[in-house]
Amino acid sequence: MQQRNQPAGRADGASGTVSVNLTVNGTRHSLTLDPRTSLLDLLREHLDLTGSKKGCDHGQCGACTVLLDGRRVVSCLTLAVMQDGANVTTVEGLAKDGHLHPLQQAFIDHDAFQCGYCTPGQLCSGVALIAEGHAKTADEIRELMSGNICRCGAYTNILAAIQQAMRQS
Amino acid sequence: MSVAEVAQAPNVVAEAALRSVGVATQHDSAVRHVCGSAAYVDDVREPEGTLHLAVGGAPAARGRLKAIDLAAVRAAPGVVRVLTAADIPGRNDSSPVNAGDDPILAADSVAFHHQAVFLVVAQTRDAARRAAKLGKIDIEAERPLVSVDDALAAQSYVLPEYTFLTGEPEAALAASPHRVSGSLRIGGQEHFYLEGQVALAVPGEDDMLIYSSTQHPSELQAIVAHMLHLPAAAVTVEVRRMGGAFGGKETQAAQWAALAALAARLTGRPCKMRLDRDDDMIMTGKRHDFRADYTAGFDGDGRITAFDVMLASRCGYSADLSASINDRAMFHADNGYYLPAARIVTKRTKTHTVSNTAFRGFGGPQGMMAVERLIDDIAWSLGLDPLDVRKRNLYGDGRDVTPYGMRVTDNILPELIDTLERTSDYRTRRRAIAAFNSASPYLKRGIALTPVKFGISFTTTHLNQAGALVHVYLDGSVHLNHGGTEMGQGLFVKVAQVVAEEFGIDLAQVKITPTSTAKVPNTSPTAASSGADMNSMAARDAAQTIKGRLIAFAAEKYATPPELISFRDSHALIGNRLVPFAQILREAYLARVSLSSTGFYRTPDLHWDPGKGKGRPFFYFAYGAACSEVIIDTLTGEMKVARVDILHDVGRSLNPAIDIGQIEGGFVQGMGWLTCEELVYDQAGRLLTHAPSTYKIPCASDVPPDFRIALFDAANREDTIYRSKAVGEPPLMLGISVFAAIADAIHSLAPGKRVPLDAPATPESILHAIHQVTQD
Ligand code: FES
Ligand code: FES
Repeated sequence: MQQRNQPAGRADGASGTVSVNLTVNGTRHSLTLDPRTSLLDLLREHLDLTGSKKGCDHGQCGACTVLLDGRRVVSCLTLAVMQDGANVTTVEGLAKDGHLHPLQQAFIDHDAFQCGYCTPGQLCSGVALIAEGHAKTADEIRELMSGNICRCGAYTNILAAIQQAMRQS
Repeated sequence: MSVAEVAQAPNVVAEAALRSVGVATQHDSAVRHVCGSAAYVDDVREPEGTLHLAVGGAPAARGRLKAIDLAAVRAAPGVVRVLTAADIPGRNDSSPVNAGDDPILAADSVAFHHQAVFLVVAQTRDAARRAAKLGKIDIEAERPLVSVDDALAAQSYVLPEYTFLTGEPEAALAASPHRVSGSLRIGGQEHFYLEGQVALAVPGEDDMLIYSSTQHPSELQAIVAHMLHLPAAAVTVEVRRMGGAFGGKETQAAQWAALAALAARLTGRPCKMRLDRDDDMIMTGKRHDFRADYTAGFDGDGRITAFDVMLASRCGYSADLSASINDRAMFHADNGYYLPAARIVTKRTKTHTVSNTAFRGFGGPQGMMAVERLIDDIAWSLGLDPLDVRKRNLYGDGRDVTPYGMRVTDNILPELIDTLERTSDYRTRRRAIAAFNSASPYLKRGIALTPVKFGISFTTTHLNQAGALVHVYLDGSVHLNHGGTEMGQGLFVKVAQVVAEEFGIDLAQVKITPTSTAKVPNTSPTAASSGADMNSMAARDAAQTIKGRLIAFAAEKYATPPELISFRDSHALIGNRLVPFAQILREAYLARVSLSSTGFYRTPDLHWDPGKGKGRPFFYFAYGAACSEVIIDTLTGEMKVARVDILHDVGRSLNPAIDIGQIEGGFVQGMGWLTCEELVYDQAGRLLTHAPSTYKIPCASDVPPDFRIALFDAANREDTIYRSKAVGEPPLMLGISVFAAIADAIHSLAPGKRVPLDAPATPESILHAIHQVTQD
């Protein structure tokens, strides 16, 4: 998981807030934030994008995984103001022009969820994993998806869904 | 297996005439789940002016509350109000059994570490949480009782002990050619529902609307009504879906919803309570950990002649559901085995820890563990294959009455185990493993095939009832509501399939709606695996009432005998005439026929005499078996599950895709409970494992690389909905096969010796057992 080392956006000395520019699912946002705001809270509370879930808020469950410039990060441990200029994709941004992303379709085909709470994070993690290109075997996929907990235990079907999408890509 | 593959799988037989039931239909929220548009309570758009809550917890586990200084909390930025027990207008109790022992906010004393003492109401969640840290709570601390052993030594109990007795265990023990005694520790388990406890309360004129992630809306409604001195009719609880629950939201969602409602009532503003994950793990109950002490007799063939077992559980500070949970442990102390003479005792210990609660299996898994260990003991001491000992002890002809007097009439375990023994290639692999172990000095393999027999019904008989509400609109769409809640188990789609089948319409025409106490009242919790069994029946009852009216109407209008009228493919078939469903509805409406009905179901043939400990507490049993193979490193205690084969009985499946998901998920959760998930308390009663960083939940790489699941296709002998069986809990206990396989691997180090492996079988626990068997 990456940590950007970019200077924070412009600080506003008086109010203690910082302004930051982010492109989320293709839409540009200029925001003024408390510098402690996590990317997850920014998405959920400021942009009303509640697809990304808060499972633990400590970087330990993966429910909040999003794509930051194409790489997967746990958004609960990512400070929004550190990502000035970045491109964020959340689960809401995976489908394009009314068509599901192949991994979304594969999750449906393989029944890769039960309660669905981990699903947005699993999807973002899976999309990045496929793009990373490191995982070839089932074991490698399992290993590289092990940061995303599914308490319902839908792992077998999640694996099958990722393999289907991998074959298609 | 994909949904499509399941639909074609040869072992899945959907009755040819059925169009919706028995089909591997995708989860009703599937598209929403993958698009992130399935809303959970925390995603509901907050009304303008919503306030946020955080609790201040006790700094000690036991003692009198001397003083609470909240000045700094009140002065903190963003704080609107700070509430204590004194602010509760009505009853300060969220106990599920009206025991009065679960204060919503602690009043005079505290009984576990971090118990809720005060509530901060603030403009933001962050402000509330920061302020909550500023409270000064002064407690006259006493030494807490933390473990089962502490409580047993102090004779501290939440409930009286309870015994099942069958035959004469003393005499049978004395007459037994062989005897064995042992003790086993069985760990607890954190639910870690991925969506934590959460509620949003919105005050109305003289009423309250609560969105909660709860398995038991009706109970929550009653608790809030009593707390606020409101009639139940003024409190509405709504649940669309939960992000997992597993029993952890059966009773223990209530306190958080009650706090939200309290704050909403006192401030007049919407209030939201969402527990931080660590608080959730520290402040809510878990699966009971148990200690099992047993003595048993057996004959030279390994048949059990007598079983005398004492099960002691850590209930925590209050009763919660511990009575029924310990009862269920007793009901499953036989698992699938005939016990000619038995004494089964449970001691329900009171400790100064969170109140342990329902967790998938509800005591049943813990109850089974002792007898499964006993079987291994017998096999080890007689030098038999544990599978042979298991098979010899199964219920059978003339050996078919449980220790609680219920005759087992639907036993399919002998056939099911034989099939799995064959399909898993158990005997060949057993030989290969023996060869491997004799050639491998440090890595050892083990294998075990263990059964599950799980009783279906609430053992609290009156809970075995369900209600539903169905409206049919003139365009042919159907509004479906029932008392069950959706937590990911696929209940909603199963009930909708049943209703679609009944009206002969497409599943898409059935609109699934959130569970609401305003639509179906006085409901039971969605628990005991009974959700689909009972709510499908209730919904079908409602649909049949409406259908009956339509048939009576059509019979008259079209002068056709009622027997010649049926509904299929979105049409009414009236004699030889096909009338579109929407058309017959319109005609019926114009003739002033009601197109709305409630439905009701109560499970038949249940009776229980608690005084005698005898009766028929279950409608039927669900069965299954798993064969697991593991490999352990005897130098490090590391363990890997290599392969798992499961054959599980869901009767005639209502939805094979959903059922297979439940079996996989249940197994993984059971395996986690018995291998990697370990709860650790310190002597002061503080939970040290309160985040996933220290509490290890199975992840993708812990799932067996070779994992084969099949459904045992046989109709339920009892008259359940389309002869299906409940599936929520039973598969969890298939995880016992992994634990037994680990013991088998350790046993290869010292054949003939008993393996004192405790659960969870963490690397430490495995190393400890290895040390014990190789020591002398
Ligand atoms: S919420 Fe971010 S990892 Fe759990
Ligand atoms: S589907 Fe429930 S946590 Fe993954």
